[in-house]
Amino acid sequence: MASYRELLQQTKAEVEEVDAREAQELDGAVWVDVRRHDEWDEGYIPGAIHIPRGSLESRIESRVPDRTAPVVLYCATGERSAFAAKSLAELGYERPVSLAGGFVDWKRNGREITLPRSLSPERRARYSRHILIPEIGEEGQLKLLDSRILLLGAGGLGSPAALYLAAAGVGHIGIVDADIVDESNLQRQIAHSLNTLGSPKVDSAKRTIEALNPDVEVTTYRERLTSENIDAILDDGWEIIVDGADNFPTRYLLNDASVWRGIPIVHGSIYRFEGQVTVFDPHAGPCYRCLFPEPPPVELAPSCSEGGVLGVLPGIVGTLQTNEALKLALGIGDPLVGRLLLFDALATEFHEVHVNRNPNCPVCGENPTITEYVDYVEFCAR
Amino acid sequence: MSVVRVPPVLREEAGGARQVEATGTTVRELLEDLAGRLPALGAKVYDGADIRPYVNVYVDGEDVRTSGGLDAPVRENATVVLLPAMAGGR
Repeated sequence: MASYRELLQQTKAEVEEVDAREAQELDGAVWVDVRRHDEWDEGYIPGAIHIPRGSLESRIESRVPDRTAPVVLYCATGERSAFAAKSLAELGYERPVSLAGGFVDWKRNGREITLPRSLSPERRARYSRHILIPEIGEEGQLKLLDSRILLLGAGGLGSPAALYLAAAGVGHIGIVDADIVDESNLQRQIAHSLNTLGSPKVDSAKRTIEALNPDVEVTTYRERLTSENIDAILDDGWEIIVDGADNFPTRYLLNDASVWRGIPIVHGSIYRFEGQVTVFDPHAGPCYRCLFPEPPPVELAPSCSEGGVLGVLPGIVGTLQTNEALKLALGIGDPLVGRLLLFDALATEFHEVHVNRNPNCPVCGENPTITEYVDYVEFCAR
Repeated sequence: MSVVRVPPVLREEAGGARQVEATGTTVRELLEDLAGRLPALGAKVYDGADIRPYVNVYVDGEDVRTSGGLDAPVRENATVVLLPAMAGGR
């Protein structure tokens, strides 16, 4: 039976050990830190990914799918990483190497390290169900806390979006809405309540968000989006826009601005029992004008106040929009780019149609004809 | 025979139906057949020469404007979606 020392010596003889300079010269190498979480929290080698030794074999294939790339493994002193290198060789990795002297030598020699940002224990508890998902983890949660999402409208679609984005820990939420809360809103606009009847919707939604999650910083714009104010609002650095507007002029205005600024829009609209959801990602997919080049005539554009809407429908459509917004913020999954999802609440049916980029699109096409904001006449008020 | 899904804003023109039937081996034939059966609905979608600019027509999930236009073939039992823009969000 071998002692630990003997086993270590034997393993080191079987794997390739490199010093820091040799490791840095390995072209296309992936650096993997195999230390414990608490060791990683005190700093790591820039660019390294973290897979603790205990879960290396189970997680390496998803994090480093390319078995031909060199993999530089390091721990504190070069012992655990020697065993790790041996395991990767057994898994078919062509060139796993162990960093001699590990992180301790790296740091002692004055080489650069990165101090990771990490969540406070309170935040780890609050977002634990996100952190448990491999696609999100602590890194993803930090991304959400850094992200800036603008809600156009704090009504039927904006309400569920505000609540779920806030609960998810999106750190900065902007809300644009000029209206005040009235009784007819409460059938579906769940960010508001009897306590805020008569208050501006932006203030009411802000109160609701703050009661749910103090991590969220809310910026309110108690105004209607116009060609006059849109640039000032978007200059605040919003990265994703959830469009829950209730009229065509605003939707076209927002579309044109988002194309020119490269900000993705998560689009949702509702009428009676039916909803539509899609993502307009400028230049990567179609824009609203590729889908509908111009607004329809007045008789084809009824508003909710004329047409009515099943109260839960904006809840369904608004949460689908929120799902897309969170995926965009996290950079995961397949967003609804180039796909328009149609939902029929009466049949409980989803239907999807393809939306292609229009090369002749007046805004995002090859020869755009619209280069400044268009103020359409307001024909679909509430 | 294809199934044409009628959007909520056009249901009045279809006598309240959520879906109607129409036949045709091309998009043009299908829309002309639809206009013959339900003239009010047909007129909102098709002006006799072209699809109206604010309505999209999808055959089996593809927008006919970018996949062959009015002469594009329509298979038997296709699903046709008529889609005018909706703006409601409140």
